[in-house]
Amino acid sequence: MDIFIKMVYAAISILVATLYGLLLVGTVHKIYARVHRRIGPPVWQPILDIIQTHGRKVATSHGIMFFLGPVFRLAGGMGTYLFIPVIYGSVVFSNYSMAGDLLLVMYFIFFGQLGMALGAGEGGHPYSPLGIARGLSQMSTFELPFSLAVISIAIQYNTLNITSIVAAQQGGMLNWTLFTNPLAVIAAMISLLGMNMHSPFSLVLAPQEIPIGPPIEMNGSFLGILQTNRALFASAKLVLFMNLFFGGATNLPIMMLKTFCIYLFSVFIGAAFPRFRPEQSFRFFLRVPTLIGILSVIIIAYF
Amino acid sequence: MNNKDLKEIEKQMKLANEGLPEIERDLFADDRPSRIEPLNKYLEQFLNWARARSLWILAFGTGCGAIELRPLMTARFDAFRYGIAGRPTPRQANVFIIGGYASLKTIKRIVRSYEQMQGPKYVIALGSCTINGGMYYDSYNTINRIDHYIPVDTYVTGCMPRPEALIAGFNRLKEKIQAGECDGMNKYADNFDWYKANQKRIIKDWNMPDYNW
Repeated sequence: MDIFIKMVYAAISILVATLYGLLLVGTVHKIYARVHRRIGPPVWQPILDIIQTHGRKVATSHGIMFFLGPVFRLAGGMGTYLFIPVIYGSVVFSNYSMAGDLLLVMYFIFFGQLGMALGAGEGGHPYSPLGIARGLSQMSTFELPFSLAVISIAIQYNTLNITSIVAAQQGGMLNWTLFTNPLAVIAAMISLLGMNMHSPFSLVLAPQEIPIGPPIEMNGSFLGILQTNRALFASAKLVLFMNLFFGGATNLPIMMLKTFCIYLFSVFIGAAFPRFRPEQSFRFFLRVPTLIGILSVIIIAYF
Repeated sequence: MNNKDLKEIEKQMKLANEGLPEIERDLFADDRPSRIEPLNKYLEQFLNWARARSLWILAFGTGCGAIELRPLMTARFDAFRYGIAGRPTPRQANVFIIGGYASLKTIKRIVRSYEQMQGPKYVIALGSCTINGGMYYDSYNTINRIDHYIPVDTYVTGCMPRPEALIAGFNRLKEKIQAGECDGMNKYADNFDWYKANQKRIIKDWNMPDYNW
């Protein structure tokens, strides 16, 4: 019986996270519009877009892998989200965090991209493999500073369990990893820019270069699933970063405030910088952020 | 066997794809487009409500009118506030704007792009040239009436119409979508042979499948 209650809670949690992610994207569109002195779309525009894509009457499929690509992507997003405790101490929003640790979450972050790579390749459009090659290469490079940051905090807190990491940061702002291990946070936040794929690291969707890359052949419900996943995955990543580096959250408003601030970081950077070329982006991640990550591991391990 | 049955059999027939070389014919689809009936009444109303608020334009400028599309996205006209956004690929777009005159070369691409769009799909014909040929009415190289080749939902007249006129056209399209009157996809499927005959009469080098799903 317990497991069924847990499943209901997880479903509620996924729904809340998806809606929150969609509204987050809508809010950021609104902020961009205000900066441009436009009125901008309503904040619920992403939800309307998803209903519209699911409401298409025909959907062209190119084969089984094409069909499974978005499913894998959504499974990756849900997997990432389901093993992260969203609100510290809450029963409904603790998900399955007791069943998996940080390494499993990192695996799920990669899993969806690989599934999508297989699916999008079957679409047969030349821009799909181009986008996939860029995306996977970039992911390999930004995973390096992120992994180093994770190793650093694993040494610091002596655990890989996310709930324990959040528990260790309770009791005041100065206990946050942000203040106890700033170098790891810097390395991870730079790799977050790559994960969120705003410019300057928007290589995969790159609207003016390879018009929207991997999902170019995706249509109708396939695209709807990808959009849903983008919202869920975005909130999962933000919650993960909040848990690891910014002390977690004990209630829903605090969670929304903290993740919104973390998201604004990559939005501001995206608004200020133009897009890198692929090789510039890869080199960027392999230089300064990686060095900062190594430094944080050395400092936390030996000093 | 009566006339109706004959029509049914003809409908089920596969397309010949005669424009393609023999060796390539297997690579392309040979199904005819089929009519798709609307869902349950209230579900369809709800979907139409969402469709009217999320219009994705196919970013394909087919004529001089395409120059009027750019200002729509700028701060001055801001079409995004109505949920109108550009999409780079016909697979994802649901609004096709024929931006002015369509030359014989362009009409071939228009047909291909229109058929690749996933329904329900809407067409806005922008400018006088799309209605009666406009100033190119006697040109040897442009077509006069776009609705002989693909079904059109809304016309925006003028040479050139201002961006405000185009927004008015979008609002008219939204009203029609919400009322459930935009059924271009089924119109195209029902009158497929007529549209195809018109297209083939004008496109001489037909080297593509008969229906580009």
